[in-house]
Amino acid sequence: MRTALTILRKDLRLELRTFETLPAMVLLSLASFVIFHFALARATVDGQLAAGVLTVTLLFAALLGVNRLFVAEREQGGFDAFLLAPVDRTSLLIAKATALFLFLIVLEVIALPAFDLLLLGSSLGRSLGGLVVLLLLADLGIAVIGTLVSAIAVQTRARDLIGPIIGLPLLIPALIATARGSGPLLLGHGATFPQGKWLLVLALYDSVFALLAYAVFDYLLED
Amino acid sequence: MADPAIELRGLSRHFGERTALRDLTASVPAGATLAVLGRNGAGKSTLLRILATLLRPHAGEVQVLGQPLPGRAFAVRGQVGLLAHEPLLYRDLTGRENLTYHARLHGVEAARVEEVLDSVDMRGRAEDPVRSLSRGMVQRLAICRAVLHRPKLLLLDEPRANLDPAGRAADRADRRRHARAHEPRPPGGGGRGRSGAGAAGRPGGVSGSAR
Repeated sequence: MRTALTILRKDLRLELRTFETLPAMVLLSLASFVIFHFALARATVDGQLAAGVLTVTLLFAALLGVNRLFVAEREQGGFDAFLLAPVDRTSLLIAKATALFLFLIVLEVIALPAFDLLLLGSSLGRSLGGLVVLLLLADLGIAVIGTLVSAIAVQTRARDLIGPIIGLPLLIPALIATARGSGPLLLGHGATFPQGKWLLVLALYDSVFALLAYAVFDYLLED
Repeated sequence: MADPAIELRGLSRHFGERTALRDLTASVPAGATLAVLGRNGAGKSTLLRILATLLRPHAGEVQVLGQPLPGRAFAVRGQVGLLAHEPLLYRDLTGRENLTYHARLHGVEAARVEEVLDSVDMRGRAEDPVRSLSRGMVQRLAICRAVLHRPKLLLLDEPRANLDPAGRAADRADRRRHARAHEPRPPGGGGRGRSGAGAAGRPGGVSGSAR
């Protein structure tokens, strides 16, 4: 755990110093909401349409973060330096997934109010808590899958292509659960908490892929 | 008698259709230094990376510090220091931050960071980001990183590349100091001090007495 914290601290320090990932994710989200606002030519959106817009926007912003997750390690020798150390290699998985999870939370802290203002007509208040719970579970799944996929992709030549090709199909169950779970929350006077089945789907998905990532991550780093 | 630091028997490694190492056999006793000289593309860096457990051998047997690779690689990590082509430093962190990070990964005390910075005369620039340093200064920090955890086996790939005369002098003094008896003589005799393997394109690229 101490090793994972050391790596996480290093990554957060690098991000605070360079701002290479988070601003791009936020800008993409905000730009997407603006485009949707004008393209849909409606004063507000709600229900499943709003859920779809939110899910797709957060997905593409997350893919930006996934693509950049191991770039410093690949380009500046961080992989070799880590592999030389007498540490558990899954600590890199834990650190990177945690970093991506934190980036997604910061993204949503900024993106959700913008989404509410630009597309929902400021009607999110009652269901915000339920939406946050749903998004946290979704973020966990994206963080785990994203880290796994990024670790695979960074070792290949076409890493910008491999990430989405492998990651998107793996993320489909989580994205469906997120979109279907958030739809009722985004109706004007709809539910205030997601249906249990969607939370269960996300929780199971997160657990299965966390275990899978833990089992295979060691072998992804070897040459 | 102490295990040899390095034992190779028929080591081979290829990259696709290209053979980097073929049927390499060598033995380096504990406490000795092996100089690997060869032209560009001869496989020197590949050999060092295999010894550092970063690459798997494709054929033959490799033992480092008495441990067979790759099966017992985990037992060797932390006892090997590698000075590679790349400095393995994050450009946007300072020298001190980089070394502190590596010290934590290797479970080394914080005071050791200051000690190695002093030994290469880099304490005055330790708070500058690595990307702002000259290549010679980056090489000095890379040397610090390689010896930070007091490795039993030091692998040096073109160790004198980019070093200015002051850097070479500091590097020589540091390696002489650490090659002497910080480690006690092992039971039964045998080599004393740190073992090493250095790779260079020409003689003089690896200093010190070597096989």
